[in-house]
Amino acid sequence: MNTRRLPIGGQINRTKPLDFEWDGKPLAGYEGDSLASALLASGETILGRSFKYHRPRGLMSAGVEESGAIVTIGTGSRRDANVKATSQALYDGLVAKGQNAWPSVRNDFGAVNNLFGRFFAAGFYYKTFMGLPPFEWGKGTGAWMWYEKIIRKAAGMGTASRDADPDTYEHANGYCDILVVGSGPAGRSAALSAAQSGYDVVLVEQDFALGGESLSRVEEADTLSQELAALRAAGVRLMENTTTFGLYDGGVAGLLERVTDHLSAPPEWMPRQRFWTMRSRFTVIASGALERHLAFGNNDRPGIMTANAAKIYLNRYGILAGENIVIATNNDSAYLSASSLSNAGARVTLLDSREQVLNSSQAGAQSAGVDVKSGMSILNAKGSTGVYSIDLAEKSSDGWRAKNQMACDLLLISGGWSPVVNLLSHRGLKPVWDSVNACFIAPDHHEPIAMAGSAAGIWDHASCVQSGEKAAADAIAHLHGERAQTSIKAGGWETPIEGLYEISVSGHQHKSFVDPQHDVTADDIRLAHQEGFVSVEHLKRYTTLGMATDQGKMGNVIGLALMAEALGKEIPEVGTTTFRPPYTPISIGALKGRNVGSHFRPLRRTPLHDWNLNAGGTMTMAGLWHRPWYFAQPGEGIGEAYVRETETVRRTVGVCDVTSLGKIAVQGPDATEFLNRVYTNPFAKLAVGKARYGIMLRDDGFVMDDGTTWRLAENDYFMTTTTAHAAKVMTFLEELLQTRWQDLRVHLTSVSEQWAGIAVAGPQSREVITECAADPRKVTDVALPFMGVIETTLKGNIPARIARISFSGERAFEIYIPSDYGPAAMDLIWNAARVREGCLYGLESLGALRIEKGHVTGAELDGRVTIEDAGLGRMASDKKSYIGSVLKNRPELLKGDRPRLVGIFPKDRREIFNAGSILCQDGNISGYGNGWVTAVTHSPALGHWIGLGFIEGGYSNWIDREVVCADPLRKGNTPVEIVSPHMFDPSGDRMYG
Amino acid sequence: MLRIQCPFCGLRDHSEFSYGSDASVEYPPLDGSQEAWHDAVFQRENIDGVQSETWQHTLGCRMWIVVERNTRTHDILSVRPAHDGMTQALNTSLSIEPDQ
Repeated sequence: MNTRRLPIGGQINRTKPLDFEWDGKPLAGYEGDSLASALLASGETILGRSFKYHRPRGLMSAGVEESGAIVTIGTGSRRDANVKATSQALYDGLVAKGQNAWPSVRNDFGAVNNLFGRFFAAGFYYKTFMGLPPFEWGKGTGAWMWYEKIIRKAAGMGTASRDADPDTYEHANGYCDILVVGSGPAGRSAALSAAQSGYDVVLVEQDFALGGESLSRVEEADTLSQELAALRAAGVRLMENTTTFGLYDGGVAGLLERVTDHLSAPPEWMPRQRFWTMRSRFTVIASGALERHLAFGNNDRPGIMTANAAKIYLNRYGILAGENIVIATNNDSAYLSASSLSNAGARVTLLDSREQVLNSSQAGAQSAGVDVKSGMSILNAKGSTGVYSIDLAEKSSDGWRAKNQMACDLLLISGGWSPVVNLLSHRGLKPVWDSVNACFIAPDHHEPIAMAGSAAGIWDHASCVQSGEKAAADAIAHLHGERAQTSIKAGGWETPIEGLYEISVSGHQHKSFVDPQHDVTADDIRLAHQEGFVSVEHLKRYTTLGMATDQGKMGNVIGLALMAEALGKEIPEVGTTTFRPPYTPISIGALKGRNVGSHFRPLRRTPLHDWNLNAGGTMTMAGLWHRPWYFAQPGEGIGEAYVRETETVRRTVGVCDVTSLGKIAVQGPDATEFLNRVYTNPFAKLAVGKARYGIMLRDDGFVMDDGTTWRLAENDYFMTTTTAHAAKVMTFLEELLQTRWQDLRVHLTSVSEQWAGIAVAGPQSREVITECAADPRKVTDVALPFMGVIETTLKGNIPARIARISFSGERAFEIYIPSDYGPAAMDLIWNAARVREGCLYGLESLGALRIEKGHVTGAELDGRVTIEDAGLGRMASDKKSYIGSVLKNRPELLKGDRPRLVGIFPKDRREIFNAGSILCQDGNISGYGNGWVTAVTHSPALGHWIGLGFIEGGYSNWIDREVVCADPLRKGNTPVEIVSPHMFDPSGDRMYG
Repeated sequence: MLRIQCPFCGLRDHSEFSYGSDASVEYPPLDGSQEAWHDAVFQRENIDGVQSETWQHTLGCRMWIVVERNTRTHDILSVRPAHDGMTQALNTSLSIEPDQ
């Protein structure tokens, strides 16, 4: 290739040179260049190595369909692999490297694969290495596990950085009346026309420059800046560097805006990319068309690109890519490229496969000095690192005949055009084959979408502009609830395109590529057919044709045409594969946006969060909440701390932040009836000023949640739920009231955020409360008995709700104060507790206390447990009906051998065992065993480790039987004893007393 | 992404809503037969076409709504409050003239 940058012309700024690095070599380009154009102008021809055969590859296109110049950009943690050099804007200091090659793309040892290319046909690796013959015949894939690693290394693309991504990404939301995809002539006319009619229009362009096809047409480029100014003046929001990667339900489009990928020194505050969710009422797809290659011998050599690409490099980037150019075509579009290149000073020969060509551009091309040869095409390209000559083919009565050689340094192909119908395909619409224009176009449909320009198979400029206006009119009609008029027909060439996909002559064996990105050859397609893969979807998966980032851009139509030929069918009968989002690759970072690191999920802090931290609390996650885990004293670890806290609660008093419990205000004249229907136990006669522990079931009869509900007044209840199920319970109660029980006059309000909760537990809890209460007479044993509730004030005029309820099994109180008073109330309570040798306790100690008592939490109530299983059967009223009361009595759920809640002691009291272990009968450790362990703790009260769990038939079934706690992957087996779940103070004297 | 016209909040993304269940299911009384409850809880038609569904505007007004949706095209044909009283209230409030 004798490439040179022209002194004038193009959309580049020759006064602004930019330095960049390619494979360690310093090079220069200009502002306005793509990386590809700068490499081309610098004379770099080998830019990549192919996926499987490691064949040298150069530029094949000038856009997103590029299959040759796939490179790695950036260094260190900002290394970005598999970037198409053709769509990467050049910036000062850009560092790019070739990939899938060692030591470099120019000299790649992997190219040895190409010598054995005849073995590497479709399915080669799987056929060969899975069940490696003769050693593994019929024995599966042992060796594959080993080979795969090597194969993956040899075949592939770039390597991603292993460092954390240092860039930030944003999620953004957009709204518009009409979304226009593509800023070519059709897109611009659609946007202008709609905006001038008063609609809110967003125009999206994937390239770093606006203009689409007009950028490479001299006469259109001249007026482009005025046109863009007119669009802005009409209020069109223009987004360049932005890809519409997918189209979804409800007029939602996914856009990826590359904010800084084209900047050499982006400001630190800028996100690298922005992921837009754009909601529009109508979408105009003016996404253009991609020029196809033809399949012929060695059609992937560096120095072979599409005719349109050469036109773009010439007219947009001011580069004449060759001196002695041959163009092979089957349609009219190549004539414009031929004339432009000839006018720029190249010697151009145009081979038109059609024998009869009647058109004015042909005359124009000939007057521009182009040598036009009809009925001719290419059989094979010669030269490994660049083309130096070609074998011609001439049409004959029965196909093609090999002809003479011809020298050239650049070979251009125009095998027809494929409208970019990918976005339409995302909507589940199957494109239909237009045999006149030899391409897939949009089917009839009822989506709020219009196709315009070459995306609709319209080839001439004037009709493209017109189709844009028509699309805008359709959009406006749709927004007014009217139906669109008939659309402009595809077409626009003077001489019809010839359906030509492959040129081959028997006896001339060459590798001819259909999908160069995945090294799929024409022979691979035929092999797949021979082996019985006759559906296009199977063909695609077997050969990898048009998969991955290509999404059918390059080789799909040729592949389908060859498959149709092999099957003896027409292309429409074979059909096409489905194009899926994203249209071009999206970085994972953009998908995640800001939801990384500490923002990975929201964090809920209680009003006492800072108080807990200042008091020396170590926090842990409980769902989204941060809760104090334990409060270590100097020299203590978690083990010592929680044991001391647990002991202290049982000996004197402990104070704990329990804010994370769900809290729901249940109010209204029918609140009592409502509660009576959702709880298993009776609530109809709960007195004002009393609390009751209640269990809720799901419709299917399993336990949903438990908690206490306090009756504050006749029609005013305060419900608490578990931390884990707060949202679920709220939603279910709302559903019941709004759907099933619309007659109940009940209002629900989530007040979880409004109240801070503090538990005060231990023999001296009464004294603490008394000291804190503004009026001590209100919290005496008589005024506030077990399960009593009062609304009162604490010292310092702090409003409070207090109930005497216990989770720890000690005499205990739960105090709720308005959130903002939380820290003040905690100061007050803690001071009163501290002087009584009390402690602060955290989640770990809370767990130990409740395990000792056999109280269940989320670990036990896992959705598979009935109220009987949880040992709470006495809470299920048989005098009333409630949610779940019918289905909990299904025969299977009443079986006596269901796993029931039990307590677990290690046989040797010095031993420890783990939660998550399986309980098995001694001597029969297998399968799922007979039960499982849900929670363990060291029990200071009992002086050894204890656990809770479920085992078939419950405690009474396992008295004096040998049980093993099996934990084969961690601790091994521990002989245990099954006991009642009420392991400490079973009579409850401490709690009631 | 579906876009759902919440009767209270306007057109919103479906990500603000939570799907409930088949709105055509009629739950038996709490003391109904086991068969009736079994059918209501477990038996569902796998509808190809228009189905009515309950959704909750979880991240909005928290109201339960009934959505008629075509399972084949994802077209939403209608949306109304699940609570009939709410439908009435909406219709009533729409007819009230502003004070000034």
